[in-house]
Order: sequence, then C-alpha cells, then structure tokens
Amino acid sequence: MTTTNLNVNVHHLTRVEGHGNIVVDVQNGEIKKCQFEVVEAPRFFEAFVRGRPYTEINHITSRICGICSVGHSTTSVEATEKALGVELTEQAMLLRKLNFHGEIIDSHVLHTYYLVAPDFLGIDSVIPLLEMNPDVLMRALRIKKLSGDLCAMIGGRHTHPCALVVGGFTRTPAEQELRDMQARLVAAREDMDATVALFSTLPWPEFSRETEYVSLRKADEYAFVGGEIVTSDGFTYPIADYKKVTNEWCVPFSTAKWTKHNRESYMVGALARFNNNYEQLHASAKQAAKKLGLEPVCYNTFLNSAAQVVEMVHCVEDGIEIIDDLLTRGVTPEDPAPVSRTSGEGAGSCDVPRGILFHDYVYEDGLCTQANCIIPTNQNWANVNADLKAFLPQILDKPEDEIRHLLEMLVRAYDPCISCSAHTLKVELV
Amino acid sequence: MNTGNKKQEARNKPRVAFFDFASCEGCQLTVVDALQTYPELLGAVEIVNFREASSRREDDYLIAFVEGSITREQDEPRLRKIREQAAILVALGACAHTGCVNALKNLQPLDDVRKYVYGDKADWYPTYAARPVSAVVQVDAVIPGCPIDRDEFVKVVKAVLVGKKPPVPDYPVCVECKLKGNVCMFHIGKTCLGPVTRAGCGAICPTNGDGCEGCRGFIPDPNENAMKDVLDEAGLTVDEIMAQMTMFNAYTVLEKEA
Repeated sequence: MTTTNLNVNVHHLTRVEGHGNIVVDVQNGEIKKCQFEVVEAPRFFEAFVRGRPYTEINHITSRICGICSVGHSTTSVEATEKALGVELTEQAMLLRKLNFHGEIIDSHVLHTYYLVAPDFLGIDSVIPLLEMNPDVLMRALRIKKLSGDLCAMIGGRHTHPCALVVGGFTRTPAEQELRDMQARLVAAREDMDATVALFSTLPWPEFSRETEYVSLRKADEYAFVGGEIVTSDGFTYPIADYKKVTNEWCVPFSTAKWTKHNRESYMVGALARFNNNYEQLHASAKQAAKKLGLEPVCYNTFLNSAAQVVEMVHCVEDGIEIIDDLLTRGVTPEDPAPVSRTSGEGAGSCDVPRGILFHDYVYEDGLCTQANCIIPTNQNWANVNADLKAFLPQILDKPEDEIRHLLEMLVRAYDPCISCSAHTLKVELV
Repeated sequence: MNTGNKKQEARNKPRVAFFDFASCEGCQLTVVDALQTYPELLGAVEIVNFREASSRREDDYLIAFVEGSITREQDEPRLRKIREQAAILVALGACAHTGCVNALKNLQPLDDVRKYVYGDKADWYPTYAARPVSAVVQVDAVIPGCPIDRDEFVKVVKAVLVGKKPPVPDYPVCVECKLKGNVCMFHIGKTCLGPVTRAGCGAICPTNGDGCEGCRGFIPDPNENAMKDVLDEAGLTVDEIMAQMTMFNAYTVLEKEA
C-alpha cells in the first residue's frame, strides 16, 4: 500500500558534520515538500579574513572545518601562492600530496566506518561494535590512527596543521620517520583488503539518477591537489575560471546558496572523482572497485561511500610510492619558499574528501582584501535535493520509519559537512 | 554475563553528552580520535548524546561538553537548557572557551560583515558578536585549544569523573617549549605568543617550527605590554602586533578594551 500522507521532520540529522534537517510533506500521495535544510550558525570567514596578513590566512581558514582542515589549509596556500608568486620545491609538493592522502584516508574511514556502516548494522553508532564485532572497530581505529599519524608527521598536528604554511612546511620529516610510516602503510594493505571485503557485502539501496559530476583532473595522476576542472558533461576549465562552474544562485523556496553548471545540479566528491578519473586510479584501487561492484559511470549516490573505500586503497598505495620518491631523491630540511610579491589575486583548488573546493583571495601589501571560498557541500545541496525528490517516490510504499531511515542514508551518503558550508548558507528554522 | 547486569552497570556510569554551536567540530573529532589511544574511555562513561557520531539522543545527562561559540540570539535558549540539565558543563575547545577565530568578525562592523558574505540577503542571517559559552551561562571547566589536545581531554575527563578540579596549566607555553629543548622562535627570526599563552599543548607549534598563535587563550594576568614590546623589538608594526594578539583572542582583547 502506498503511503498517502506522510510528514517527516528529521530534526538535526545525526552522524553528519553540522546541523541540518530533512523535511518531507506528502498529502494524498502527492509530494508537497521534500528537502534538506541547513540550520547551522553562519560564521562569516570570508568577511573576517579581510585585513589579516597572508601568513595567517591558511591557519584561519583551516578552522572552517575540523575534518578537512588539511584540505582547507592546502587549498588556501595554493591560492595565496598563486596570488603572491610562490614556487614550491618538488620535495614540498610531494609532502603536500602525502599529507593530503593522510586526510583523504582519515576522512573516508570516519565516514564509511563510523557514520555509514551503523546504518547497515542496525546500530546507533560505531560504539556498540566494541561488543558486537571488536575486530571491525579495532580495524577502523587502526586505520584512523595511521592516517592521523601520517597527517601529524607532515603537518605537525592532525587537525589544523601548524607546520603547513605558504611556500611549504616549517618542519621537514626525517627520512627515518618516512621509512617507518611507509612500513605502516605497507602493513595497512591487510586492513584495506578487509575493508574492501566488508563494504562489498553491504546491501547498498538501489537508486540511479543521472547527473553531472565535477572534479579536478590531472593527466598523470589521480587529482587531489591542483589540476584543471572537468565535468562529466565534457567541460574543462582552468581553476581561475571556477565561477563558470559554480554559478552560485538562490532558490525562492529555500534561501540556501546553491550551485549549478550544465544541469539543474551537479555532484562533487569521491563518486564524482571516481567517475571522472577512473583511469588515473592505482591498479590496486581499480581491483578494489571491481570487488565492490563499482564501475564508471555509476549514478547511484549511495555508492559514494564505496568510492571512498576505493580512494582509501588508492591513497595507501600512492602514499607508499610518494615516500619511495622522497627517499630516492633524498629528504633535506628546507625553509618555506618565499613570496615574490605582496599584492595580487589567486584562486586555488583541491579535491578534498567531500569534493572540489575553491579558495580565492586578493592581497594588497601583504593583507587580504577580498576572499571567496566555495565549499564542496554547498555545491552538492542542489543535487542532494534533486536526489531526495527522485528517491522518495520509489520508496513511498515502505513503512514510515524505513522511509525516514532511507532518506537519512541518502543525505548521509554525500558525507555532508555542514560546518564547512555554513559560511554561505541560509539559516532556515523549521 | 546476563543483560540485566549489563543494563545495571550502564545505569551506574556517568551519562555524558556532547553539543556544538558555531565551530568546525574539530574538537569533537579529537574526542573521537582520543578513543584510538584510550578505548577504555568508552567503558568509563555512557555517551547518551553525540550527534556527530551517534543517532542516540537522550536528554538525561550528568556532564555536558559544549563545543562552539555563541553567535546568535536563537542559540541561547538551547545553551541554557543544556546548562539546566547538566551538573557539570565543560567548554570544549577554543570556540567555547575564548570565542576563537569566530570573534574576528567582532573587529569589524557587523552589518558590513553580513553584507560582505550575503549581499542584499544579509537580513536573512541573524548574527551577533561571537562570544564564548561563559558569556551566556556558567561554565564549570574548560579544555582550551584549537583544537583541544587529546591527552589533556582525557586528563580533564578523569579529573571531572572523580570530582577534582581539572588540571589545566596556568603557566605559559614558554615553560613547555623550554622543556622540549626548542630554540626560541625569536632567535630564529620568527614571532611567537608563547610568553602570554596558556600551556598544555606541549608547545606543539614552536616544536614544529611555527610561532605560537595563542589558540589556548592568555594565561591569568598576562604581561601584554611586555609581550608587545618584544614583538615591537622583533620588528612588527603596531598593526601587525594587534593582528597577532587578536588572531585567536579577539574577544578577550576587545573585552579588555571595553
């Protein structure tokens, strides 16, 4: 029997970062309302970085997000380096990429094990696993610790990296630290295999809706730091032209700032990267994808979590290779590269765990005068809402509790980071 | 073990809840991280409310950890309700403790800040000067830092559980920096707020080659004038000195000026 009247109000959706509500209203079988609303307090980063010295900007914008602080810091220094003419050494760039891999693994293990897996195991959180299946919990904690230690080895601290600055790093890890870390990454292959095996057994909900996928791309590597912007609809742009992709707009029924490009919405994140850059994945990651039943182009949003597992495998393998590179070259302590001017404008972009991120600054005499940050989660809002509207009619014949749960799972699949997005999102009370 | 006993045991554990306001949630993530190092924590307390990590939501708790600054009128009733329920309210991290970088907006006219980010839709976004939790309700303990230090978090939790005053140091970062054997940042041409900033982080930034930015807040009775003289001698302009002092402590600096 199809549900004819349904009123769902998931207040403060759990196991996501930040505050948001799912609101659904169905009357006589007709969907009146089905949307995700953000109630997070806005924080105004772009306004308050104005007037601050360029040396502070990445340490301030890092604080936009606790999960992807390496992503914000890295994107921020990429923008500042573009604006002020900084040339990174090859060693600093390799360390930057390695640090970034640490964050991808860290964020993805958090989302897949801690936030998504409980949905499939019928538990509230990862905590009951301590008794139900301690092996799985201990594995998650082990991967989390490894990735956190990797970030700390390079950035000085896992959350809000203090050694990561414009021009490189204020501290260079010793070769022995890199060797030890490499040995741990090699040992983590076993945990990666077990992770792929676990997630390949999960019954992902069936869903398919064609959309546009937006990510960075590089010809010779799976792009996380820099590159060019590509979309699955065949468009390519340099990072400086990012506004041609994001086209921020307002919708009358919700006052959130959304983005759109070639269609009404687009998606960013692990699934977008996987769909756009499958070719550049490490061979082991491609094998993992096969085991997970994931192949490009995949239009099932729920499989974003499976794409995250694939990326974890990629980052472990590529991390091992980057350390090989560093050790072969020989690691020498070096100071951050200097700026060549104190005024200028520059946009930087990284594909952070939740998708493509842009920071754009103008500097005058070393002080920031204009700033713009466009966050992955914001770019996904229109797509989240389009998915909710497409998915709800398919599940209306299910009991209300199950409908609510499936809608929550769909939003959660995006790994939304509402703390990040709240600097440009309308606060709507429901 | 039968489930009846287990339930009884759970009931006897202190019930703990986590809440957040304007913040990056990095401190709650550090709490999650602390479990890697101290999984036995999960056995010592019962977490009944932790939106970021769990769907469980119960409003009967003894200890509340609150992350985030208060930035809107509408946040206050929610915070007051938490205060009424909790026997012990702990400010978790710099946003809750000092206002952190959220208070940087307090240095500019608020109307201007809102219009810069939201243009002609500025009226849609209610906001007021960012403030620490203690500006709205009484706070029983603080865990400083941006982000918090996971070892210090565990120490504070242990102290709170046995009814002791949490061991947050009131000496400056310089003490820990010396113990680490670091060369002083000022001697290698960098600047540092270590002399006026509360220790407890193990001087993590200077240890990694970057001067202290003051994220843990000032020590009690900091000698700000001496600090400013040192920064002046290091070649900083008045504006640059103010930038350093306000990066993480804009709320405190503005309160002192008022």
